[in-house]
Amino acid sequence: MNYFFNEQQEMVRSLARRIAEEKVLPRRAELDESEEFPWDIIREMAAADLFRVFIPEKYDGLGGGTLDLCLVVEELSRACSGVAICYAATALGAIPIIEHGTEAQKQKYLPDIAAGKRLTGFALTESGAGSDAAAIRTQAVKDVDGYSITGTKQFITNGGEAEIYTVIAITDRAKGIRGASAFIVEKGAEGFTFGKKEKKMGIRASATRELIFKNCRVPPENLLGREGFGFIITMKTLDRSRPGVAAQALGIAQGALEAAVDYSSQRHQFGHPISAIQAVQHILANMATDVEAARSLLYAACHTIDSGSKDFTEESAMAKVFASDVAMRVTTDAAQVFGGAGYMRDYPIEKMMRDAKITQIYEGANQVLRNAIALDLLKRKGRRQ
Amino acid sequence: MNFLVCIKQVPGTTQVKIDPKTNTLVREGVESIINPFDAYAIEEGVRLKERASGTCTVLTMGPPQAEQALRDAVSVGADNAILISDRAFAGSDTWATAQVLATAVSKVKDFDLVICGRQSIDGDTGQVAPEMAEKLCLPFVSYVSKVEEIKPGYIRVQRLVEDGHEVVECPLPAVISVTKEINTPRLPSLRGMMKAKSLKPTVWTNQDLQVPADKVGVAGSATRVVKIFFPQRTRKSAMITGTPEEQVDKLVAKLKETKLI
Repeated sequence: MNYFFNEQQEMVRSLARRIAEEKVLPRRAELDESEEFPWDIIREMAAADLFRVFIPEKYDGLGGGTLDLCLVVEELSRACSGVAICYAATALGAIPIIEHGTEAQKQKYLPDIAAGKRLTGFALTESGAGSDAAAIRTQAVKDVDGYSITGTKQFITNGGEAEIYTVIAITDRAKGIRGASAFIVEKGAEGFTFGKKEKKMGIRASATRELIFKNCRVPPENLLGREGFGFIITMKTLDRSRPGVAAQALGIAQGALEAAVDYSSQRHQFGHPISAIQAVQHILANMATDVEAARSLLYAACHTIDSGSKDFTEESAMAKVFASDVAMRVTTDAAQVFGGAGYMRDYPIEKMMRDAKITQIYEGANQVLRNAIALDLLKRKGRRQ
Repeated sequence: MNFLVCIKQVPGTTQVKIDPKTNTLVREGVESIINPFDAYAIEEGVRLKERASGTCTVLTMGPPQAEQALRDAVSVGADNAILISDRAFAGSDTWATAQVLATAVSKVKDFDLVICGRQSIDGDTGQVAPEMAEKLCLPFVSYVSKVEEIKPGYIRVQRLVEDGHEVVECPLPAVISVTKEINTPRLPSLRGMMKAKSLKPTVWTNQDLQVPADKVGVAGSATRVVKIFFPQRTRKSAMITGTPEEQVDKLVAKLKETKLI
């Protein structure tokens, strides 16, 4: 399939693939086993300017769009989505600053993010607030010289490793979700510590920690947008970042497909490679068709976003839901093609299956996103009547 | 401080074919790459200019398509590129090539150190760097595996020798050739790739260099390739039969006979 990338996108894609194959692939199994944060690879990616891809040119970035970002995430995920998510989560944490930051906030943070000097994280989820984001309890109390934040965020990707966090906290409980605000909080701020590092099923090279705020001091200039805009910023940020999860899922699926095709031609049973068996061929054909369909939907959603569309909740949700379901199905089928070997940790397939699962869960569980898609559908029907 | 790196574009494969009529390499259909040893020279040039603040200029002599090698060098951090290209240079051996490169290097004038790879993987002679240094009347250190110290007018390096390394001090400007132990070449950066894409290298022909006609090309070459051939591989085999004990005796006798033991 020809997706008509521009010159920069071709460049970004080929370099990301090279890094994935030369730097990530040789360390994939070891990082999965040790659960070590891949700082050395992050530095390689920074030196190659990959963190500049999603930052506007004015702030030392390359001004690439959502598609450019997704190409990097897809290529990295094809090798290891645990490494890829450290990169993608930094884009997620940067989006609120790019989209809603003041000029001063952008000047202060974006050049460092572009250079890969500082990673970022996005902190919304709490123990009592997952899909029900409006149930967050972390509170920001305004006082004479800024805000005082208290509460605990849970399951924060890049937690502890990142230095810049966008944190969603309630500034006016009486207003419900319209009382939430977004803040930039830096690692090292007074009253800001980290909880334990989570032990995860997959994407184990990435770090997931609690963020603990106890009367954490945040200066007034670190408020993103205006008070009460926290929930809108969250929704708009996730609409923009979700294609990244789709790209992660797509990369995992692509990696699993390639591994399954290779294995099926090496593995001999009944006197011939198993790829000669039609039952196996059909599994592979379905996997390939699913992967390409997910890719087409994702790239189309990216083009919609990059063309300046204002509302793309539906497109972005569809791409994420579809690609993540494809990733789960394709990795499961790849394990079937691998047979017993696929169940063994010496082969990469079981890791891909474990990695795929999270893409159906985070940045909006697929069921919640289906609600959003249905809501848009029914709204349109309402308007027609 | 300013650094000059001399590189060569070579066929990106070890499966080289030789044209039996001309005794030269068949380059059609073979991907060209930067000579792998030169990649270490580029990396060292870029690291030194970052360390000693200055510029890194890469130059190559070759056909017009050698421009790609210069682009690749710029994508990993070289600042400027010079392509030395003229039909008159075709057929140059190491001696004539060194003459052209030396003329080009002296035309650059403002440099502190010339860095080369230890040898090319196609010609494999390792002669061009020392010959060029000789023609430039500059000191030369080969097989450099580490630059310990560099400052204007002075460099201290380690050079690999068979059973260890030597530490050599040398005034600048000088010429060095580097080994693969010296560094790990970096991957290109996106900014570098973009710069490389729009790069227009300075092109010098013999109009610019004015190397006398009898010093370049075939006429200026001290050597002439008479014949290039693949070595004939001959293989003889003999089956040793008998009981295991007899086989061992026969094998040992055979090995002694051929003076292998």
